[in-house]
Amino acid sequence: MNGPLLEVADLNVIYKTYEGTVAAVNGVEFSLEAGRTLGLVGESGAGKTTTALSIMGLVPSPPGIITSGSVNFAGKNLLSLSEKEMKKIRGNHISMIFQDPMTSLNPVVTVGVQISEALVAHQNLSEAEAEKKAMEMLEKVQIPGQRYREYPHEFSGGMRQRVVIAMALACNPGLIIADEPTTALDVTIQAQVLELMRSLKEEFSTAMIMITHDLGVVGEVCDHVAVMYAGRIVETGSLEQIFGNARHPYTLGLFRCIPDIEEETSKIRPIEGLMPDPLDLPSGCPFHPRCPQCMDVCRTIVPGVTDDGGHKVMCHLYGKGGAAHA
Amino acid sequence: MPDLIKVENLVKYFPVAAGNVHAVDDVSFAIKEGETLGLVGESGCGKSTTGRLLIRLIEATSGRILYRGRDIASADKKTLHDMRKEMQIIFQDPFSSLDPRKSIGETIGKPLEIFGMGSKREREEMVDALMEKVGLSPRLFYKYPHELDGGRRQRVGIARALSLSPSFIVCDEPVSALDVSIQAQILNLLQELQETMKLTYLFVSHDLSVVKHISNRIAVMYLGKIVESSPSLELFSNTLHPYSQALLAAVPIPKLDRKRERFILSGGVPSPINPPSGCRFHTRCPWKMDICSREEPPLTDRGGGHFVACHKVK
Repeated sequence: MNGPLLEVADLNVIYKTYEGTVAAVNGVEFSLEAGRTLGLVGESGAGKTTTALSIMGLVPSPPGIITSGSVNFAGKNLLSLSEKEMKKIRGNHISMIFQDPMTSLNPVVTVGVQISEALVAHQNLSEAEAEKKAMEMLEKVQIPGQRYREYPHEFSGGMRQRVVIAMALACNPGLIIADEPTTALDVTIQAQVLELMRSLKEEFSTAMIMITHDLGVVGEVCDHVAVMYAGRIVETGSLEQIFGNARHPYTLGLFRCIPDIEEETSKIRPIEGLMPDPLDLPSGCPFHPRCPQCMDVCRTIVPGVTDDGGHKVMCHLYGKGGAAHA
Repeated sequence: MPDLIKVENLVKYFPVAAGNVHAVDDVSFAIKEGETLGLVGESGCGKSTTGRLLIRLIEATSGRILYRGRDIASADKKTLHDMRKEMQIIFQDPFSSLDPRKSIGETIGKPLEIFGMGSKREREEMVDALMEKVGLSPRLFYKYPHELDGGRRQRVGIARALSLSPSFIVCDEPVSALDVSIQAQILNLLQELQETMKLTYLFVSHDLSVVKHISNRIAVMYLGKIVESSPSLELFSNTLHPYSQALLAAVPIPKLDRKRERFILSGGVPSPINPPSGCRFHTRCPWKMDICSREEPPLTDRGGGHFVACHKVK
């Protein structure tokens, strides 16, 4: 296959609420090659989850409206597909792992049936075949196959998340979107789950979008990073580019406000101020009210994107001119 | 500095249908005046219960809690009421720990009212001063919690805890619910306040980087027991207990080219209703020996105030 597996271009999503219009995603663009992992990083309200839901065709509507953009997956624009066509893609070619395994599993259905459901629906397997495959999938996530007939409450948090991973991988999708998959887990369990995801990703050569607020998790599993702020990707590049040579003041700020566990004394420098109100985003660069290097131009003009060998930054410090007046 | 808090053989069992949950099981430690003890561990290890026991929000099953040499655990209602002025708590969730029907000013001023400090006007002035101290704009006085974001709500919780000028504050995961950029603001605020007001903290958290940043000493808990405790830096440069090592190795670090040893524990934490015999960690321990399932290792000093409870560590 030529070109990237997934290409998102000029994606704009709004939520119409009675208080006004929330600009959740504003011109997001990125692409992902088959088998690679992109970390989508940002704080609450940055637009990470809305971006993911747009790819899956799951933006709740109302109030959500995808006002423009395209999501090309394996040569098809997913945004132009009907709900019926999307159903064939979801769970089959693209699947999603949610943050809280207790709410994403059905408490009254055995885990085995929940895994085989996707196989019966998408892969034309008989129930007996699906059961056999589901047991294999359980073994893949290091859960004994004979636990097929148990219910979610009989598993610990880490095991439940592994069941969800087994479900997501069952149809061998080209892309998995994992939305904060380890945030609800304890660190030692998080380490187990991340290790498992890493090895399964290799084995199945699945591409992955890892949504997280934790730069540490990104460093563990991702090879590309996109940093989101106020609905925009403000910086993106390879893991080496972002971790080794972060350029956007927001990205730099994020790194500086995490205490360094490997240093004797760590200084943390918080990013001043608060996340902007999504109902009333700042003019110009959305980060300018909190930016330590804010210039006059930042207040009025949305910065363009500067591309340096795939390392893209949306900041006036690095480029000439702006993309649009806001 | 003398010990402000000293805990001896603290035990808390919660009776449930299936037996007793061994939430805190024979824990002893001390916190020096003006210092911070970090209490780390994973869900269910008993760290939050320990914090609550210390200020008697829940009653201990047994054990002694000495505050400036006086036993809190056996204090009567009147004495306890007076001691509460000295000891406060900041909770994890700034959403559920504030009364939604009280304005910010009322919430912060409530402890002052309860203890009959000053006139209404004087109290309002004190509240204004407290709000300024924690970085809240005075115009928020008449606002309600739902009008504030998480970081500001946590500042309200801090101002309330400071209102009676306590000496000791239990910080129960005070930054876990906050975004990283806000988390850093609150951590810095807590450190500034500690310096200016000579506060002593028990800082309960699951996040090792945060605990290391803020603590003078750290105690690691597993299934109701302290398995290792030491001066903060020593714990990271010379980690002795295998559980502490696993915990440390499991922290994802946002850096390139980390030389890290893979040290991933298998399985999950056993039930606290029926904790394993001997060393409670033996079911997951990579160094397990015969003795570990039979005998509980005592928490012993390996020099320099570095305590560890492990049969293998010599």
